[in-house]
Amino acid sequence: MLIDQPVILRVENIHKNYGKEKVLEDISFEVKRGETKVIIGPSGTGKSTLLRCINQLTTPDSGTVWLDGIDITNSGSDINQVRQSIGMVFQDFNLFSHLSALDNVRLGLLKVKKMDKRKASQEAMTQLVRVGLEDKAASYPAELSGGQQQRVSIARALAMGPKLMLFDEPTSALDPELIGEVLAVMKDLAKSGMTMVVVSHELGFARSVCDEIIFIEKGVIVEQGSPAVLFGNPRHQRTREFLSKINELYGETGKK
Amino acid sequence: MSFLNLSYEIMPGLLKGAVVTLELTVCSISLGFILGVALALGRLYGKRPVSLFCTGYIEFFRGTPLLVQLLILYYGLPPYGIRLSSFVAGILGLGLNSAAYQAEYFRGAIQSVSQGEIMAARAIGMSRFKAIVNIILPQMFRIVIPSWSNELIYTLKYSSVAYMIGAPELMAQAKFIAAENFRYFEVFLVVAFIYLIAVVILSRILSVLEKRVRIPGLQMAQ
Ligand SMILES: Nc1ncnc2c1ncn2[C@@H]1O[C@H](COP(=O)(O)OP(=O)(O)OP(=O)(O)O)[C@@H](O)[C@H]1O
Ligand SMILES: [Mg+2]
Repeated sequence: MLIDQPVILRVENIHKNYGKEKVLEDISFEVKRGETKVIIGPSGTGKSTLLRCINQLTTPDSGTVWLDGIDITNSGSDINQVRQSIGMVFQDFNLFSHLSALDNVRLGLLKVKKMDKRKASQEAMTQLVRVGLEDKAASYPAELSGGQQQRVSIARALAMGPKLMLFDEPTSALDPELIGEVLAVMKDLAKSGMTMVVVSHELGFARSVCDEIIFIEKGVIVEQGSPAVLFGNPRHQRTREFLSKINELYGETGKK
Repeated sequence: MSFLNLSYEIMPGLLKGAVVTLELTVCSISLGFILGVALALGRLYGKRPVSLFCTGYIEFFRGTPLLVQLLILYYGLPPYGIRLSSFVAGILGLGLNSAAYQAEYFRGAIQSVSQGEIMAARAIGMSRFKAIVNIILPQMFRIVIPSWSNELIYTLKYSSVAYMIGAPELMAQAKFIAAENFRYFEVFLVVAFIYLIAVVILSRILSVLEKRVRIPGLQMAQ
């Protein structure tokens, strides 16, 4: 039963301004263990900023982020410890361009987790197998397709053993024919019980695996609810309009 | 005496100078390398006073003539109790000067490393220091090779100003030999050749290095 699942992530009253611009205004939500939440919203609405506030790559002006019951908003240098348990996947992959796929996945294990080389290599290889790229272990980012690069970046995040994965528009830099392979990996991940917060306009993905959709506009949560409710009978006219707009723009790639 | 015979005769003296030139170049480029990396990192990532100091250093050494710097080190310091040999003053002067230029090359290279990669490194829990060591520096060294090899060549050639403070390098030897045999044209022609050969060899070495560390898939990026 959902109610019995412990809350892994609680975001409480997050505010963030850039100069005079209010980017996030009083954002609050919770994610329970094993849940997948999808965040949607127009461009420039603060979705990336919200994700970066969760792992503290951006410091919110006020508000609190709780991870597994611990306030991580002001954790000082312990933040490097905290970030190991929050995986992050970026729109443009951000693989380390001077390292092979294997080394990209292994670097954090060696330098952050201080694992010995043999164990780290095994673990990195396990993660590459998980995203279907064991045969590309020796390839460098510039030798991989966008879809493959994104899968390596997912493996890199998974290798750290995160409790929570954040995805910031993981497929929007990809050619349409490469989107499916990344979404497939993400679906497997969701089904295997990973807790995920995904900024994405792939409605097919949202429909098939997510527990709740959060619609953000101009820094505030307009509406949140299950895909069935939001797609079928949203409370707000704005939600309906936005959903039908992205349906037109993106279609439902990844729906299988 | 034919040109060849003359060359043969003066070669040992010139080569002795060439060895000193090479020593000057290697020592000062290395000093400049270490200082240059520190200055570039300090300028970009240091706290405000550190960053200001590094910027000031770079501007000072790029904004004043190398020869003036050398003369200050060699003739200007003894009254304050610091007496440097011409060789040491030469290395220091060339090295401190080169550090300023190298720092700027390194800074440019650092700034061309993707910010997204730094963010990804921080996101897996790397400290800023670890991200610099593991992500920025390895890429910086690769990116900087072409401009750095220019700096190496300049240093080799500008090391000739150390002759002004009496370091027994190639130019000093040449001047000495020519003053004895009055064959200025031939002597300096040979000297020019020696520099040229050294430059060609050094740039070959660096372009081989550049190819060896090139990141696969990134053909001729930048
Ligand atoms: N570091 C920054 N400095 C100043 N302004 C910023 C910064 N980062 C984001 N912003 C501003 O904050 C607003 C929200 O940006 P953000 O990237 O979070 O939006 P987004 O919802 O992710 O948009 P998109 O869908 O285009 O990715 C934008 O207006 C942006 O210009
Ligand atoms: Mg964004």
